[in-house]
Amino acid sequence: MVAKFAMDDDSVVVVIGSGAGGGTLSNELAQKGIKVVCLEAGKRHEIQDFVNDEWKSFSQISWLDKRTTSGTWRVAKDFPNLPAWIVKAVGGSTVHWAGASLRFQEHEFKARTTYGEVEGANLLDWPVTLAEMEPYYDKAEFKMGTTGTNGIPRLPGNNNYKVLAAGAKKLGYAEFHTGNMSINSKPRDGRGSCQQIGFCFQGCKSGAKWSTLYTEIPKGEATGNLEVRPDAQVLKIEHDAKGKVNAVLYADSTGAIHRQKARIVAVAGNSIESPRLLLNSASTMFPDGLANSSGQVGRNYMRHMTGSVYALFDRPVHMYRGTTMAGIIRDESRFDPRRGFVGGYEMETLSLGVPFMAAFLDPGAWGRDFSSALDAYDHMAGMWLVGEDMPRETNRVTLHASEKDKFGLPIPNVNFDDHPNDIAMRTHAYGRGSAVYDAVGAVRTIHTPPYPSTHNLGTNRMSANARDGVVNKWGQAHDVKNLFVSDGSQFTSGGSENPTLTIVALAIRQADYIADQMGKREI
Amino acid sequence: MRVLDKRIRLNRRNFLKTSAASMAAAGAVSGGIVSIGATPAWAEALTVVKPDAAKTLLVMVRDLYPHDRLSDAYYETALASMDQAAAKDATLAGQLNEGAVALDAAARKLHGSPYAAIKAEKDRVAVLKSIETTPFFAKVRGDMVVALYNQPEVWAKLGYEGASAEYGGYIHRGFDDIDWIKDA
Repeated sequence: MVAKFAMDDDSVVVVIGSGAGGGTLSNELAQKGIKVVCLEAGKRHEIQDFVNDEWKSFSQISWLDKRTTSGTWRVAKDFPNLPAWIVKAVGGSTVHWAGASLRFQEHEFKARTTYGEVEGANLLDWPVTLAEMEPYYDKAEFKMGTTGTNGIPRLPGNNNYKVLAAGAKKLGYAEFHTGNMSINSKPRDGRGSCQQIGFCFQGCKSGAKWSTLYTEIPKGEATGNLEVRPDAQVLKIEHDAKGKVNAVLYADSTGAIHRQKARIVAVAGNSIESPRLLLNSASTMFPDGLANSSGQVGRNYMRHMTGSVYALFDRPVHMYRGTTMAGIIRDESRFDPRRGFVGGYEMETLSLGVPFMAAFLDPGAWGRDFSSALDAYDHMAGMWLVGEDMPRETNRVTLHASEKDKFGLPIPNVNFDDHPNDIAMRTHAYGRGSAVYDAVGAVRTIHTPPYPSTHNLGTNRMSANARDGVVNKWGQAHDVKNLFVSDGSQFTSGGSENPTLTIVALAIRQADYIADQMGKREI
Repeated sequence: MRVLDKRIRLNRRNFLKTSAASMAAAGAVSGGIVSIGATPAWAEALTVVKPDAAKTLLVMVRDLYPHDRLSDAYYETALASMDQAAAKDATLAGQLNEGAVALDAAARKLHGSPYAAIKAEKDRVAVLKSIETTPFFAKVRGDMVVALYNQPEVWAKLGYEGASAEYGGYIHRGFDDIDWIKDA
């Protein structure tokens, strides 16, 4: 029986967002008997609604509300109103993600200590260590059915992977395989195994890929403690005279405004919308925005150092067949400043269909140089490069000075400049990526610039000291003890790994903490 | 290894288009005199993009995204989608028609003839380069990279199979059938 809670029920935890952070937290709390109202800005599309068509799917599930960009990053030129490629739907970006589930490395939790002072970077150690996170990583991998953990076999490699692996072997790389993927390699947890459909980014049609949409959320709903409200765009978080949050204002699909009372509020709207909401929730008591006494809300926006290498061969590959992210080379994710940069990067296969390849291979390009690459589409292999970028105070989400959304609230602007370390890492990664493919006879390699950000991190970061960040080691706001941040915006630094596993592990851990603190009447 | 046949074949869609075009063109000619400058049916069928502009734009879009194996039909379909958008947007309609005139003017300046009449592709590309920073160029380039490559018929010609879930994915259809990598 799916729960239905009253607007004036002030005993509920309101979770804003239903993705990796919000969806997981909602279920974890519901399983403990805690009442949860989960507000999701997007619609509820189920598996049968997903389409194997890149542009159609893009219109169906993407977050397309207008945003602006500034700074010297290339995305601002190529996609000025699309800084991020994320999802607005129940399940959030777990509908769209590729499934890569990697643990952060020990040194990545200690970025400031390990990398030292990096000029122009705002590095900080996490207030959490790998040792503290390990039990939660265990739980997250078990929950998500991550391959290569819990005795779950890895997925078979597709054609795109075989090209990558052969190149990796020739170059002498040691750690390459088909990844730690939260995609069922055999039936598990009521879901079937991967049918190698491709189209992982468009919503998995078989349900083999973990998404909160059809795992955490229905499980939470089955407890009778979770109500998910789609089409609920949160506008503002309100607080009482003591500075504790007590209600959330949101608009439904008709534009009608509702006020849901709350005992606790958890923000998980991804790293652009979460700080925007805190900034838009400014009040007389919190004139610079909620939880922003440090001035760090919206700052330290990270998006991972990214780029892609596509290679053309004289023989066919058909890289689009099978899982989009079909394998990984991990050797370059080590800490080794001899390469000319701190932090590391992963090399992960990636494939785009013809429509997206045309749009993203080299945005703005035209003529034979461009079209000849697409003529060889079926002879193409591809990889994505994803590495740790430097947090910078000036890379930030702010409220637009004049542009407003349909509810009259300022839209977000995303300002970003690559740090010299990011640029040095990207140059190195392009070189190694080309070398992998050259080793197996590529006739041409193409260095594709970053796509709109899929890994948005850091804008409400964790810090041991309240002056350095927005939340503490539990994701609890330093300034407001019954306000939590539950998405990737709480990351202190980015690591080289795809962030979802860490977001899920943090959400499981946060649920334990919230339940404990509620039990002790601390919140 | 299961590979795709990317050869050009006269498919039903192209056949219908071609024959409809010939018939319409024939019917459009008054007095039974066929003139060489007759407007092709596809250009005639556009709502707001003028026939002369359409002919210029077709060559422009071919030069932007040249695929010698693709017939004009795919480029015409892409242009038709832009015409539909322009039918609801007078500013865009003006931009396209005036842009085509400006492209011809640039062509005359560089090579002494209208754009579509310039024989060598490299000479036309030089003309395009000369207008590359105009909003007209950016609009046509940006819209056409979507409209041209979002056609399933084009996917087949480039070796992309499109939707796969309804065929059971690729688990039994060659996801790992590469035969020239022996050592992975």
